[in-house]
Amino acid sequence: MINYKKDFPLLESGEIAYLDSGATTQKPKQVIEAISNYYGNDNANPHRGAYKLSIRATEVYENARRKVADFINAKRPEEIVFTRNSSESLNLIAYSYGLNNISENDKIVISIMEHHSNLVPWQFVAKKRNAKLEYMYINDEGIIPEEEIMSKIIPGVKIVAITQVSNVLGTINPIKEIVKRAHEVGAIVVVDGAQSVPHMKIDVQDLDVDFLVFSGHKMLAPLGIGVLFAKKELLDKIPPFLFGGDMIEYVYEQETTFAAAPAKFEAGTQNAEGAVGFESAIDYLNNIGMDNVHKYEYKILEYAMKELSKLEFITIYGTKDLEKRAGVISFNLKGIHPHDVASILDSKNVCIRSGNHCAQPLHKYLNLESTCRASFYIYNTMDDVDRLIDGLKKTKEMFNKWI
Amino acid sequence: MDDLNSIYTDVIMEQSTATYNKHKLDGATNKEHGHNPSCGDDITLEIIMDGDVIKNIAFTGHGCAISQASTSIMIDLLKGKTKEKALRLINIFLKMVKRQKITDEEIEDLEEANALQNISNMPARVKCAELAWYTMQRLLEK
Repeated sequence: MINYKKDFPLLESGEIAYLDSGATTQKPKQVIEAISNYYGNDNANPHRGAYKLSIRATEVYENARRKVADFINAKRPEEIVFTRNSSESLNLIAYSYGLNNISENDKIVISIMEHHSNLVPWQFVAKKRNAKLEYMYINDEGIIPEEEIMSKIIPGVKIVAITQVSNVLGTINPIKEIVKRAHEVGAIVVVDGAQSVPHMKIDVQDLDVDFLVFSGHKMLAPLGIGVLFAKKELLDKIPPFLFGGDMIEYVYEQETTFAAAPAKFEAGTQNAEGAVGFESAIDYLNNIGMDNVHKYEYKILEYAMKELSKLEFITIYGTKDLEKRAGVISFNLKGIHPHDVASILDSKNVCIRSGNHCAQPLHKYLNLESTCRASFYIYNTMDDVDRLIDGLKKTKEMFNKWI
Repeated sequence: MDDLNSIYTDVIMEQSTATYNKHKLDGATNKEHGHNPSCGDDITLEIIMDGDVIKNIAFTGHGCAISQASTSIMIDLLKGKTKEKALRLINIFLKMVKRQKITDEEIEDLEEANALQNISNMPARVKCAELAWYTMQRLLEK
């Protein structure tokens, strides 16, 4: 297996075992340099100036949009809107599509494994429109059974919002089947791809999703740039979310007409640095190949699951069927609080997440207060997993006397 | 590891699993709920006031070793104190964990609670130690 750590300045020395890529990823030097080059050579306000430099900044920004469109196989770059992150993309959909297309007694269906960012906006829309918010629940394996999909996505449902990969359980949801069912009953589908797009090949045409959101920072790109993909006919139809510069066509004292999508949804000066970094991150991933990224992570996941299962004091949540799980493992040490586990691992420079991972309803449903989470990316190695296991043994030893 | 051992001391570990302060309080005159949304720590403090004196305190809920120990130690310290004295001690404790200046005398006044002094070296865990104390402050100021 190739060790990619050499490309990542923060990981290169091997001091840190970084196992929190589900929260955010580290950045390769290619991305860091691309951002630096942008400011060194191409910086101006995109879409604004008539001078060469501004045109170059515009080109750089629009090239990034094309790169993102190709990456998820969107039909055209105009279907890509840059936002700050997945949360903002989901808010855009909730405000611009949700509020305008949901009426009293309509149903919105989400799953119990949603991140708060794909849950709270739908609560807001449901409350505002007197609509019903319904949940698809999971079985003991952390999987949404087919009967649950068929019994919840029924006529009267207008929006189905679902994560492709759970940020807690790692479950890979059957998006294609869900989309097919939703379209049969006349609902549109919003897919939260924050935990899937960075890790596997996604084809929006094949999946036939209506909306897909994801964040750059979870896939090697800088913080502060995210994506909303939507089918062109939807983007054309829905009103703007934020108003301001560069999203208008004509402005009169009392009236305004808006620019065509995607500009309609990109008010104000945009994050060109983020877009450039995003493009570079996609180049980096394409160079490895998304199929290889997935295969590589699968090997790490397989090893981690095997080693963790050997520790009798650990409970792992979610499915053991690795075909249905991405590189995320949530677990608990019997009698030891996740925060204490994370602190003790931190003293050995092993970074894991502890808490409820922005998924309180899921934790409540599983009857858990909080969990530890290790999540992987291409720069992780078997050695990182070994360090996790050693750290967990050490934690157990420390607490043995007291629990 | 030095930082770690100065935090997960015997006092803290013992208090984190101690149950003598962890129960419902019969005849409680007042209670307050404290919650740490980022980690899920969740406690409820109940007190019995006798005039201006805190006659009894107990807690229920769940959380990490630091927050549980801190709660139990706080209860030991504040039981039997007047409201005014208790608020003063809470104030000293909150200053201590935030590394604000306090005198040696004030540290001594905290008795066993000064075992949490080193938490200030672990910024990510300060809020675990603070939870009970802020909750108690709100309860007394009600």
